[in-house]
Amino acid sequence: MSTANSWRQIPQRYRLEAGKCVKCGKLFYPPRLVCDACGGRAFEMAKLPNTGKVVTYTVIRVPPTEQADLAPYAVGLVELDNGVRLECQVVDCDFEQLEVGTPVKLEFRRIQEDTEAGMIHYGHKAVPV
Amino acid sequence: MRDVVIIGVGTTKFGELWESSLRDLAVEAALKAIDDAGCDRIDSLWVGCMSCGLFNGQEHLGALVADYLGRTPMPACRVESACASGGMALRAAWMEVACGQSDVVMALGVEKMTDVSGGKATYALAAASDREHEAFHGVTFPGLYALIAVDHMHRYGTTREQLADVSVKNHEHGSHNQYAQYPHKVTREQVMSSTMVADPLRVLDCSPISDGASAVIVAALDESRSLTKNALVKIAAIGAATDSLSLHQRKDLCEFAATIEAGERAFKTAKLSPSDIDVAEVHDCFTISEICVTEALGFFERGRGGPAASDGATRLGGKIPVNTSGGLKSKGHPVGATGIAQVYMLTKQLRGEAGPVQVKNARRALAQNMGGTGSSNVVTILESGS
Repeated sequence: MSTANSWRQIPQRYRLEAGKCVKCGKLFYPPRLVCDACGGRAFEMAKLPNTGKVVTYTVIRVPPTEQADLAPYAVGLVELDNGVRLECQVVDCDFEQLEVGTPVKLEFRRIQEDTEAGMIHYGHKAVPV
Repeated sequence: MRDVVIIGVGTTKFGELWESSLRDLAVEAALKAIDDAGCDRIDSLWVGCMSCGLFNGQEHLGALVADYLGRTPMPACRVESACASGGMALRAAWMEVACGQSDVVMALGVEKMTDVSGGKATYALAAASDREHEAFHGVTFPGLYALIAVDHMHRYGTTREQLADVSVKNHEHGSHNQYAQYPHKVTREQVMSSTMVADPLRVLDCSPISDGASAVIVAALDESRSLTKNALVKIAAIGAATDSLSLHQRKDLCEFAATIEAGERAFKTAKLSPSDIDVAEVHDCFTISEICVTEALGFFERGRGGPAASDGATRLGGKIPVNTSGGLKSKGHPVGATGIAQVYMLTKQLRGEAGPVQVKNARRALAQNMGGTGSSNVVTILESGS
């Protein structure tokens, strides 16, 4: 990932900033330029809550090159308390402990490092509470 | 709009084909289709290929294939919709003939995946998901389908054994396919004890990394009698649809809304319903995907795809034989070729040339080809005896 790519995603990745449609209130994470519900094009920043629950999960045993040293690791599709969904790793837990509905909180963590541009990429991972 | 028929089909063997290049594979499949049709005329070419850029460092495939096929200055263009690239190439060819722009058009699908390491292939395939919001976090393609599988098992009681039975059935069908990458049978026990890739999906739940190409020549029905002696197979309809690229943008992970939509569009155009279909090829990139899409296409009720995989309904001789070619699982999955390879098999079925896997009196066939986690879908309905 290039430096510019990483930089322009800082608001959403580091600060969990979503876009809220001014017209109908629908939330988008990541932010978009046009609302798929009402066609609205004006958005205001809305910060996502950092708590939610696991909708579904898996354990990646065969990782991509970027995460080779992390495997095996769990990933989950998480629904936050306001209904917004995202995918992220689920960490600091036994895999057996994971189930549909497990409550989690998002924590700021290192996601990838030693990439092509020599940058460390940060973001959020889920931790069962 | 004019009626469009398939006049010729061809395919290479699928597998790890070290001695064949990207262009060799494409040309071999094209020549086989030309020989099958007995027709040397092609007005235009559409090449479906997902990622020759990442797999081979080569773009601009339309002109490359036209050149190596000895057909310049014929117009040629590459079509990309991830693993649905082949199906979308056929759709482009079909539309070009239907609208009267050309009379004889080739749709070709190709992928050369084994020239890169496993890690690079994983990176290339992840381009079909949302790179910044799925792949970034380490969610692989087997991982995405595992998320769907866990949801399906949780909501509908689908079992690990039912997933395995999709693989067992497709390998049994594929054991009769001379072009298949893995033409051997597997047992439920072998599937369930194979290496775990992304829980609960094991390596024998996953389609392989493959090289291969397939080609189909379509023509205007009015022109076709002077072009070929083959039994004609009519393209009754092609329906296409899209859904969000990332899974987390969907409220219902098991629905496969774009499969439903593409299917409904195709059935409506063809004036047919799921019960009219005699044989189907569906996109079993993972065992769970065959279960989900056989539900989405209306062959089984929602949540009943698992039991259907185990009770023989999708087996040769069952209610609706699915993937008589062996599917992506046994036949192999050179991603850009898959949508065309499905139509290759169904054309053989409708011509009565499917040998040991022939479905008796097959008259109507359906191919379902998709990209990503069902984000792009193409459903093609074919009819014999035009």
